[in-house]
Amino acid sequence: MVSPVAGHSPPPFFRRGPAPLARLVVLVSASLTLLVVDHRLHYLELVRQGLSVMTTPLQVLAGMPVKGVRSAGDYFADLAQLQAENTELRREHTELSTMRLRQEQLDRENTRLRALLDMRERAQVESRVAEVVYEVRDPFSRRIVIDKGITHGIEAGSPVVDDVGVIGQVTRVYPLYAEVTLISDKDQALPVQVARTGVRAVMFGAGAGLLELRYLATDVDLREGDRIVTSGLDGVFVAGLPVARVKSVDRDGVGGFVRIVCVPVAGVEAHSTVLVMKPGQPVLPEVDMPTAAGEEKLEAVRK
Amino acid sequence: MNQPTFSSRRILRPVRPWFIWLSLLLALLVNLMPLGRAFWLPDWVALVLCFWCVREPLRVGMGAGFVFGLAMDIGYGSLMGQHALAYVLLAYAATSLSRRILWFGPLQQSLHVLPMLFGAHCVMLAVRMVADADFPGPVYFLGPVISTLLWTPVGMLLMLPQYRPEEKDENRPI
Repeated sequence: MVSPVAGHSPPPFFRRGPAPLARLVVLVSASLTLLVVDHRLHYLELVRQGLSVMTTPLQVLAGMPVKGVRSAGDYFADLAQLQAENTELRREHTELSTMRLRQEQLDRENTRLRALLDMRERAQVESRVAEVVYEVRDPFSRRIVIDKGITHGIEAGSPVVDDVGVIGQVTRVYPLYAEVTLISDKDQALPVQVARTGVRAVMFGAGAGLLELRYLATDVDLREGDRIVTSGLDGVFVAGLPVARVKSVDRDGVGGFVRIVCVPVAGVEAHSTVLVMKPGQPVLPEVDMPTAAGEEKLEAVRK
Repeated sequence: MNQPTFSSRRILRPVRPWFIWLSLLLALLVNLMPLGRAFWLPDWVALVLCFWCVREPLRVGMGAGFVFGLAMDIGYGSLMGQHALAYVLLAYAATSLSRRILWFGPLQQSLHVLPMLFGAHCVMLAVRMVADADFPGPVYFLGPVISTLLWTPVGMLLMLPQYRPEEKDENRPI
């Protein structure tokens, strides 16, 4: 059975299925339905996971030449360069081991003091090392794919860091790999705090690998070079992880807000090994059960 | 449809269906190669799909566009239906214009193809802009232009198996 050519309806004795325009309408409405269901309702994650089983082999296959070229480049890397790197890593290793010894002691001390003060135990953060496989080729967002997925115990929402600071958050998990949205993505928000003053704010991606602190009043105490760390208010990210450094503060912003551009400290757009942490549960203060009227008010506030 | 163009006198061998699907699959494979954030790279699936829709509108059409669009959506992790919508529209345009395009030579064919590929690209841009995405910059519009430049060489390559004579016969006129 063959399909009819658009614009040329065949005589009825050639059976060629529905007319082109009818096909077009059906397929376009199917695409639009998929778009709306995926974007607005987020119902398609399971379908995506299922279908990814078919595209994953293709992706692995497509990645092979690139990987081959890269490993060939590594193979021919200069011996001297490798030796230098080795020395550097040894030095770093020694430094870190002494730090770890000290940290164990501090941890014990901290637990004791917290117990004395009757404070809640800080949860131990589990983490897992993952390799970055590739950058997602979707031009409209900034995401990377890592080589650990559901089968390795990665869950959506997990914070992802490298050795210097926050990189992003796992937003989609597949059986064998996971997608991480970088903090420089426009839709990725992160609750942060200025390390020097303790001012809390929300960090958004600003495009071109930069970040932006939004919704701060023009008289906020902030200078160029200030360190921005996570505030931990969302309960997902641990407090105190380095995020960015302030690059410029533009105080004559429109609408009463100051425009603050920051540069991420972590190699957000260039890295190979990352650490996926287990997401904490959002800590919410105890509240009375909301009444219907209260919920309505809450909805109004949200809008 | 056994000639390179309708005005040509050369007769081609019929296309093998498996070759069409293999070429589309290879295009998908090339598209899925992890080459980082190089948005000016041509969309090979769109190009090959467009080619077969023009060449063989009875075999390849909107259904193929939809299926390969979904595969791209999953491979790229973009919104489900984004590529599907663009490819369905592209396939519709290509199949309906195929009778016209095949009367022209390579250059004029490319000029027909450019607006179609550009339109498909713009459909994707519009979809993502409505969905609140980040504008990828003017480099994004370079993709369809490069694809158009590739139309003639890729077309020659995909037609190669059909150019081969079935058996060599010195006495045969064609």
